[in-house]
Amino acid sequence: MFSLTLNGTRRHIRDVSPNTTLLDWLRERGHVGTKEGCAEGDCGACTVAIREGESWKAINSCLVPLPAMADREVLSVEGLSEPGKPLHPAQQAMVETLGSQCGYCTPGFVMSIFEAGHRPDLKGPENAWKLDDQLCGNLCRCTGYRPIRQALEQVAGTHPADGFQGQSPPIEALSYQAGEERFFRPATLEALWPLLEHHPKATLVCGATDLGLDITQKGVRFPTLISLEALPIGGLERRETGWRIGATMSLADLESAAPLPILTRMLRYFASRQIKHRATLGGNLCTASPIGDSAPVLMALGASVVLASKAGERSVLLDDFFLDYRKIDLRPGEILAYIDIPHPKPNTLRGAYKVSKRREMDISAVSAAFVVELSAGIVSSARLAYGGMAATTKRASATEAMLIGKPWNDENLELAIAALDFTPMSDHRGSAWYRTQVAGNLLRGFYAETRDTPVPELQEGHIGTVQVSGPVETQP
Amino acid sequence: MKPTPHESANLHVTGRAVYVDDAPSPHGCLWVHPVTSPVARGTLRYADASAARALPGVHAVLFDHDIPGDGLIGPIVHDEPLLSRGPLHFFGQPIAIVVAETRELAEQAAALVTLEIDEQPPILTIDGAIEAQDFLGTPHVIARGDIEKGLEGAEHVVHGEMRCGGQDHFYLETQAALVTPLEDSGFHILSSTQHPTEIQKMAALVLGLPANRVVCEVPRMGGGFGGKESQATQPACWAALGAWATGRPCRVRFSRHQDMAWTGKRHPFMGRYSAGFTDGKLVALKTDIYCNGGWSQDLSIPILDRAMFHTDNAYFIQDLHFQGHACRTNLPSNTAFRGFGGPQGVLVVEDAINRFAESQGLDAAQVRADSFYQEQQPTPYGQVLEGVRLRRIWKELRESSGYPERRSAEQGQGWVRSGIGFQPVKFGISFTASLLNQAGALVLVYADGSVQLNHGGTEMGQGLHSKMLKICAIELGVPQSKIRVMRTATDKVPNTSATAASSGTDLNGAAVKNACHQIRERMAKIRATMPGAPSFAQVALQCWINQVSLAASGFYATPGIGYDREAGRGTPFFYFAYGASVCEVNVNALTGEYRLVRADILHDVGDSILPGVDKGQVEGGFVQGLGWLTQEELINRPNGSAVTLGPSTYKIPSIGDIPRDFTVKLLDKAPQHGVIHGSKAVGEPPFMLAIAVLTALRHAISSFGPGPVELAVPATPEAVLRAITIQKGELPRA
Repeated sequence: MFSLTLNGTRRHIRDVSPNTTLLDWLRERGHVGTKEGCAEGDCGACTVAIREGESWKAINSCLVPLPAMADREVLSVEGLSEPGKPLHPAQQAMVETLGSQCGYCTPGFVMSIFEAGHRPDLKGPENAWKLDDQLCGNLCRCTGYRPIRQALEQVAGTHPADGFQGQSPPIEALSYQAGEERFFRPATLEALWPLLEHHPKATLVCGATDLGLDITQKGVRFPTLISLEALPIGGLERRETGWRIGATMSLADLESAAPLPILTRMLRYFASRQIKHRATLGGNLCTASPIGDSAPVLMALGASVVLASKAGERSVLLDDFFLDYRKIDLRPGEILAYIDIPHPKPNTLRGAYKVSKRREMDISAVSAAFVVELSAGIVSSARLAYGGMAATTKRASATEAMLIGKPWNDENLELAIAALDFTPMSDHRGSAWYRTQVAGNLLRGFYAETRDTPVPELQEGHIGTVQVSGPVETQP
Repeated sequence: MKPTPHESANLHVTGRAVYVDDAPSPHGCLWVHPVTSPVARGTLRYADASAARALPGVHAVLFDHDIPGDGLIGPIVHDEPLLSRGPLHFFGQPIAIVVAETRELAEQAAALVTLEIDEQPPILTIDGAIEAQDFLGTPHVIARGDIEKGLEGAEHVVHGEMRCGGQDHFYLETQAALVTPLEDSGFHILSSTQHPTEIQKMAALVLGLPANRVVCEVPRMGGGFGGKESQATQPACWAALGAWATGRPCRVRFSRHQDMAWTGKRHPFMGRYSAGFTDGKLVALKTDIYCNGGWSQDLSIPILDRAMFHTDNAYFIQDLHFQGHACRTNLPSNTAFRGFGGPQGVLVVEDAINRFAESQGLDAAQVRADSFYQEQQPTPYGQVLEGVRLRRIWKELRESSGYPERRSAEQGQGWVRSGIGFQPVKFGISFTASLLNQAGALVLVYADGSVQLNHGGTEMGQGLHSKMLKICAIELGVPQSKIRVMRTATDKVPNTSATAASSGTDLNGAAVKNACHQIRERMAKIRATMPGAPSFAQVALQCWINQVSLAASGFYATPGIGYDREAGRGTPFFYFAYGASVCEVNVNALTGEYRLVRADILHDVGDSILPGVDKGQVEGGFVQGLGWLTQEELINRPNGSAVTLGPSTYKIPSIGDIPRDFTVKLLDKAPQHGVIHGSKAVGEPPFMLAIAVLTALRHAISSFGPGPVELAVPATPEAVLRAITIQKGELPRA
């Protein structure tokens, strides 16, 4: 048995399969204000808020296995205001701006706007871009978004005195079973090791933004899930040699901690706010998707993963961690505990790029990250990592080798592009022709972009992933 | 002044608005799930449901031969077997339904039904159907003058081919129905449908019952956009069949993947054209257009017709010959979607104008404005235009958007280029099957002065109920707070038409007005006998005391319209709605990515009944059109199954895709004579305003090299990069 708090009421849960999503549980119990629009975390109709620390976080209830919510405080749209009482400011704003037409996506938008009301970092024009980010995980097919954006502007960062201030309860260890299905959430590494030993076939999970899809789209029933969410490996640490990122740190937290501009740039278009609240860097690396957006950046930065087990820790360079399509060097009894990123040398050029059909909340056709070290204009090291160009995230080794020892100039740039050696596939995200063109052009764009600024940051309102207008004539 | 909120806004934002799947399951409710075809084309030889039937909790597995009534359904022609009779026409075609205790169990059991199938290679595309000469219905021809002479005499002739893809409706609420058997062998159907009468008719047909045994009720829809005009029928009929067979309530709800796999989309179109221009004006147009209809007729013929009614768009063309064909393919039957073929027809002529302007180095906006219809000019089908507002709109929008200065501004020199486009629209209002232009209402005044308002239209987010509420309040002379809009139900208003063709307010509003007037006249007689200034409630009470009826059924039929399809002549439309947009884009030539930076729209809704609601329709329609033209791309495998089954692979616009600078204005002081409160229909016309974005993209791309631009639709970043590469001469023209 476990318990959670829903709209202020403590709920004790037993005999519910751990493969039940929070959304299904809510709707089966008559809390039908929260809707299913896609069950794949892309439309946001299922958005609810959970309390974390002193703030609220919007999440996709369609992707969360219910026991992951144990000890947590969950707020659904029904909990925002009582019938007959005044509406919550997030609700009132949506009424006044005519932000609802058919109303089906509305509860999800209301919850995302509710979160925005409690966010401290949304005020002012310099944060305008965060408004799009805040709502890019909520789809509306009726309004064209203008009134919804207006509602968000009215509420964002206003800290309404709505009675939802407070502190989240601690997340404790959990051992839950319903029928033959189990869900464990150890709170210490010492408690984790025996679980891994006794349940060698268990599936590891943290935010479940990928695993949730297996449940909702493929109908998978996981016999044993071990959640890493309560383990003390979720922090960010600045060490002498580099940054150590905890594998279970949420991407939203990592984005706001912003240890490295190139990471921040990647995280902006990584996914929706809801997804970034639950997704982790460790999870993104362990799913080993060839189009995962974090891997190229981390690979270009020369990151390693720290794999921990009862026997101790080993460190593996990310290049060696990906073995094949969706295959990683993670042994039984091991977890990915940390990601180590060495401090970039001061004289390096760094850029991260993502090209997808839709700018926000889409999977990339091509992603790329480049780190080039120069000594007196000569390339001393180059790490050029691509996603979407091969079965795994892959460095352009031939191009890197070709560049080293050469001057970083127009001529060698074109030679480097000509040396790119990928045979990408054609699929619904992009043809092989497109991927090949873009792979070269991103390097061209990186060259132009880093001419004056070694590590260009993302500018609001940029036209493409490359943010400079480029030379008048670029062809050799 | 603050705009009037949506009539259900408080329910929407609190999560208390009820949609079909939110209704609690009645006692003993079962779930229905179909067994579907795993091939796009073939013949079903044998099906074995014994393993499914043996599963505990499975109550029935039903095939075509179990249907008590007629197993053939369809909105115009009954050419769709509800459950396959052997031939298989598309991937996902229903073969049987499973009725079981839970949704999961029904789905699980459906997978246990074994099928023996002879598979044949499917035809999926327009080109494939043309090659096989496989068409639905008969071709349609609209012609005027002598097209060959017209083209010969033209100063310039351009030839081209316009292709556009389909579009999933992506209503946020998927298809759903809940059917409850009643005590007298009747059935109550709760359905997410734009057409409750169609559900009633088809369920009665399938069950072999008279229509009076079936009641269909619609709480509201979580979006429709045409996708629930004819295609809510199948799930409702499955549930009705299940309820009939088991005697228990049955419900069904599609998952997003199922909805995208099984239901029809906007029709992809191909249009070949030759267009003649003289003095920078369009003077002759010959087109052969084809739509991909999918496996059955559904609404493909009237959709093709509407495409052809709009191939002229806003332009008078002296000599013309339009011919249209609907192709039969092995896809889910493509269906109604906002614009109903109109946008695809408009795209043909706009492609011709863009191609001409680009090849001559002209501003396409000038060609458009010079080709505008004049007052009293006839359309290709002979309807004489009155009240043409195109020039007025263009004049006002030109000034407010600063189009001339922005068009002549520098487009940039590096990778990033800007482009600007102008798009007018003229859109015919009325169902082109003229008999459908009728509506009913039932207004009930109670003795305490409160009112129940029933009308034949359905609420899918467009604000129809909000407008009916306002019309009723004005016509009865009571505050809106006294009126309750009831759920749409076929036992309140019979024989309704679909809420479609943008006609909901025109038709139902007039019927509501008619009902209110009957009651008001009766109440006026009683009021005249009362001293002082009695309130509405006091008069209502006195009516009851004096035994005067306080209920009235209202009716309306659009006068004076009709069309002869054989002759290609007539007056299919009661009037036309007009609008225009100016859009500006910035394009990045490294990746083909771009951003719509500014959109200015001026749209004609007559005298708006609810400006806030109308503005919402204009904005929403524009953005939906933007999605269709720029990023929504449906992809099928060669075997006919769909790759794009959810929002992770099918990208409708999200908040970051709309322009930061987005100005929508409604044309001021523009009453439309003979329409309810001087208003005009608004649902569909603004959809086409997004074509300005295509023109703007083409303008930006044309800065990379000479000649017409080869930009595919949807204009994804890849399509844009390809067009730029062609423009630079680095890839051959197709």
